Amino acid sequence: MRQFFTFVRKECYHVLRDRRTLLILFGMPLAQILIFGFALTNEVKNARIVVVDHAKDNASQRIIAQIAASNYFELGEDVMDRDRMEMAFREGTVKLAVVFPANFHNDLVHQNHAQIQVIADASDPNYATTLTNYVSSIIRDYQTELSENAALPYRITPQIRMLYNPQLKGAPNFVPGVMALVLMLVSVMMTAIAIVREKETGTMEVLLVSPFRPVWVILSKAVPYLFLSLINVLSIVLMSVFVLRLPVAGSWLLLFAESTLFIITCLTLGIFISIKTKTQQVAMLVSLMGMMLPTVMFSGFMFPIENMPVPLQVISNIVPAKWFYIIVKSIMIKGMGFAEIWKETLVLCGITLFFFIVSLKSFKIRLE
Amino acid sequence: MVTVNNITKTYNKGAVKAVDDVSFSVEKGELFGVIGPDGAGKSSIFRILTTLLLPDGGTATVDGHDVVKDYRYIRNHVGYMPGRFSLYQDLTIEENIQFFATVFNTTVAENHHLIEDIYIQLEPFKKRRAGKLSGGMKQKLALCCALIHKPTVLFLDEPTTGVDPVSRKEFWEMLKRLKQQGITVLVSTPYMDEATRCDRIALMQHGKILSIDSPQGIIRAYPGPLYAIKATDKPRITQALATHAPSFSSYIFGEYIHVDPQGVSSKYLTEELTTLLAKEGFREIEVMPITPTIEDCFIKMLTK
Repeated sequence: MRQFFTFVRKECYHVLRDRRTLLILFGMPLAQILIFGFALTNEVKNARIVVVDHAKDNASQRIIAQIAASNYFELGEDVMDRDRMEMAFREGTVKLAVVFPANFHNDLVHQNHAQIQVIADASDPNYATTLTNYVSSIIRDYQTELSENAALPYRITPQIRMLYNPQLKGAPNFVPGVMALVLMLVSVMMTAIAIVREKETGTMEVLLVSPFRPVWVILSKAVPYLFLSLINVLSIVLMSVFVLRLPVAGSWLLLFAESTLFIITCLTLGIFISIKTKTQQVAMLVSLMGMMLPTVMFSGFMFPIENMPVPLQVISNIVPAKWFYIIVKSIMIKGMGFAEIWKETLVLCGITLFFFIVSLKSFKIRLE
Repeated sequence: MVTVNNITKTYNKGAVKAVDDVSFSVEKGELFGVIGPDGAGKSSIFRILTTLLLPDGGTATVDGHDVVKDYRYIRNHVGYMPGRFSLYQDLTIEENIQFFATVFNTTVAENHHLIEDIYIQLEPFKKRRAGKLSGGMKQKLALCCALIHKPTVLFLDEPTTGVDPVSRKEFWEMLKRLKQQGITVLVSTPYMDEATRCDRIALMQHGKILSIDSPQGIIRAYPGPLYAIKATDKPRITQALATHAPSFSSYIFGEYIHVDPQGVSSKYLTEELTTLLAKEGFREIEVMPITPTIEDCFIKMLTK
């Protein structure tokens, strides 16, 4: 046991004395949360739009006022002709234009039917859809307002509630994703590199010719990374609570327990990679290509899995980050308890056990 | 203490024969040298004896234990210093020694007497990181770490490669003192001049042992006389010798040219060589009979 602790201490020296590693370890979660939180957001805020109002009557003015009042949009100057509007689109200075035809109010009152043209810059389709939805809902609101006095025989009003995230903030989506990403990077890549480094520098050769069991060498290398990863989880959660104002809806204890499980999964993956590779570079490449890419693609945090072709959906099941992403979302955002996530937990346990056994089996007590 | 019986080791599925049917044994308390150029198979033998590699054929024992079956015993009782510097470069001297002491289930204090001589030289720098040490210092530190658990047999794979001449000399002095403490030492080196510092040596080439004996024994066994020529224009003299005395073998050896008359023995060979070279226009040369060095013996064995 004394050997084990000495080994762990030595490992901490390695980490603490290597500034680059330290920067990656503790700078990365910080940077990712800030980048995703403030720069790479797909929330709509202050989108520049223009209004082409050929009607200039009561109804059009009222709708324009409501659009201007919402903080999704920032109303540009009035544009009167189409050419200038198109120019603005081409220059990219506006994302959406609302065009009222002449006699808008008249048509509405006398023919019971009027049209508004909504033109969006769909070079970013998601953004365009979101914007047009906002505009449509403002127009719908106005319509409801109008018809309140009229006695319509039948009316269906959809009551929409955005559960767990009523303001449609981006944070609830990316915080669990960033967590999975960072843990993947720290636990898989850093561990794999740290173990392979011993092989590459030849220290493994010396350690093998010692009473210290090789399996313990590997396990004691994993321990410091477990703690470092837990610190990362804590820093991400604290930042999401205090910087992004996203409180943890469920139990903190459960969140950390599940994170620990995922970290252990990642550590076994890292150990597995380290056993199979010989140089730090290869270990890094394998971790990046084999772990990071699937994590980004298949965890569901960037691209919804439901929209993927079936074979890819099947593949996504073996990506541990997918399950962890579901778990964290359930705990942090939906406030669920263990009863709702035991299945995902079980899958993670299975993956961990699998890689642990495979690693043990392929572990070599000699040089190749 | 160490026995090697018909050990064979191949790499790349038999394509490369690194160790070819090698046998030797080392007595307790002996300082045994394995000498040969790069690629002779020295490291492979050391790795087999330290249980890091499995031999393809043959058996070997260290301290009475089989290197394959009892690998755990051997790992507990031998000291091993690999050819490449294999300590933690980002740990200090002190931390490295303490780390290896703990890994080997001992403390620095317990076996301090063993490393005392070496550690005195390292002590002024004990807070310095291993990566910042000179080549000689690194090897001394590595030796300290390999010794810390009082091994019965010490395997040193090319400990003096890349080390300055002064440090090399010091290093061999240390090995001599270890031998006096009763530790069996196996050391490999590509430097032939270090061979005389061993009790016995095995000369190796292409995975085979050419000869095993004491350095003096190997030199004594050198067949025939050997001459040295001191001159300035060495390449042209060797050329002239090759044309005019084709049966002789001559090669540049440091400041000299060594000439092996290959069995031709004549009392007057010194004079004959001088006259021959004078005829070719080489003046101010000095020819003298010499005792061969280990390297001469090695060259002789290779040309046989």
